[in-house]
Amino acid sequence: MLRVEKLKIANLPSLSFEVGDGECMAIEGPSGIGKTRLARALADLEPTNGHIFVNGAERMETAAPEWRRLVRYLSSEPGWWTDTAREALPSEGRSEGAILRLLESLNLEPQMLDKPISVLSTGERQRLALVRALIDAPPVLVLDEPTSALDPRNTALVEEVLRYQLINGRSILLISHDHDQVARLADLRLQLAPVGEKPGAAQHGAEPVLTDIKTC
Amino acid sequence: MTYVPLDITDLMLAASLILINGAVSWAFALGLERTLLINSVRMTLQLAMIGFVLKWIFAQTSPVWTAGLATIMILVAGYEIVSRLSRRPKGFAAYLLGSGTLLLVGTLGTGFAVLGIIGPDPWYQPRYVLPILGMVLGNAMTGIALTTSTLLESANRDRAAIEARLSLGANRFSAISETLRLALRTGLMPILNAMAASGIVALPGMMTGQILAGLDPIEATKYQIMIMFLIAGATALGVVIAGYGSVMLITDSRHRLRLDRLLPTSA
Repeated sequence: MLRVEKLKIANLPSLSFEVGDGECMAIEGPSGIGKTRLARALADLEPTNGHIFVNGAERMETAAPEWRRLVRYLSSEPGWWTDTAREALPSEGRSEGAILRLLESLNLEPQMLDKPISVLSTGERQRLALVRALIDAPPVLVLDEPTSALDPRNTALVEEVLRYQLINGRSILLISHDHDQVARLADLRLQLAPVGEKPGAAQHGAEPVLTDIKTC
Repeated sequence: MTYVPLDITDLMLAASLILINGAVSWAFALGLERTLLINSVRMTLQLAMIGFVLKWIFAQTSPVWTAGLATIMILVAGYEIVSRLSRRPKGFAAYLLGSGTLLLVGTLGTGFAVLGIIGPDPWYQPRYVLPILGMVLGNAMTGIALTTSTLLESANRDRAAIEARLSLGANRFSAISETLRLALRTGLMPILNAMAASGIVALPGMMTGQILAGLDPIEATKYQIMIMFLIAGATALGVVIAGYGSVMLITDSRHRLRLDRLLPTSA
């Protein structure tokens, strides 16, 4: 479970919210409002004021590398630093069986792990980056447009994998411009929207609106 | 020692060669005439000035004046490092890193050569201390500037990969290790190339100077060998310190990549 208290990002008002185990929260709002910055701040990749807790552990009281094993951020354009995807997989907590299952569920051939990254398609790289992000089972996933380079079939597979993560008690924060995807996956929505768009107003702030979109 | 002294007419004759540079700039429309003129005048004035300054300092043989000039050399070299960076850190951190590293390797390198190897009496004789410090600084400066600028530029370019590694739980040094390795290699390359080429392709400046001044070539060579090892060692040390220092500069204690600490690229 992720709890955020008075997190201050750029010119957004301070944000407080909670995402429970097995819950998915969509982060929404127009381009440039600070969705990616919020996502990066959750993984402590950007300096911000405020408190973030995962299962009781506070961000600043947890060593940063350890924190990023709790809150895993997956960028919309994931970088690679090795020749093959296999070398980039975290060494901790991985089992060959788990890797193969994850590859299969994302429609990736096992030998893709050993191909040069440079010959893979954008969509293949995006799915391999998801494998990389999931393999050591972080409790909180912060995903920045995880299906932006995928066709509908592969998008559906990714969503299936994410649903499986939710069933297993992980929390997901999802940035997505695909409203249908948000409707399919999200339990909560965090709407980052400009407020008071008065003509001539010098600055736009933004007002977070937390709405529960699933009612059971 | 015998040598043929040069007079003003000789120097003017040599200066006429700059016309070739001028002709090249004009023929290819390089627009470098102004820079050529300014830099020629600047070089002549700087060298003439340092000639008089050195003559005066040599006459004093005072550790205070020697240390004073050494300090100026280190500060200027530190400034030169920062001015060679295409991506500059905000504030004074880069100047501090550049000059601090040079102070350390300059003192260690020159101290080692003067106290440990040459052993002049008194040890602080500026005739030994300053030229050796100059050579250590000149070479270390090139290495440090290359390492720092490669690191800052590559970190910017490799940002996605570095942050991906951080996101997976790597600490800042292992996340940036590929970039750091590239930066260290780049910084060490000139001195390694100079070692390979010296003696066959190029007669090093100091050795040439000593030979022209009438020193026995064998003796000049011995000095040159010592100097080459000295600057190689000092450059290696400087490059490593500057490399790690630059990593500290663009990351923080929370293992974040802080490219916001760099100024925007100047056009």
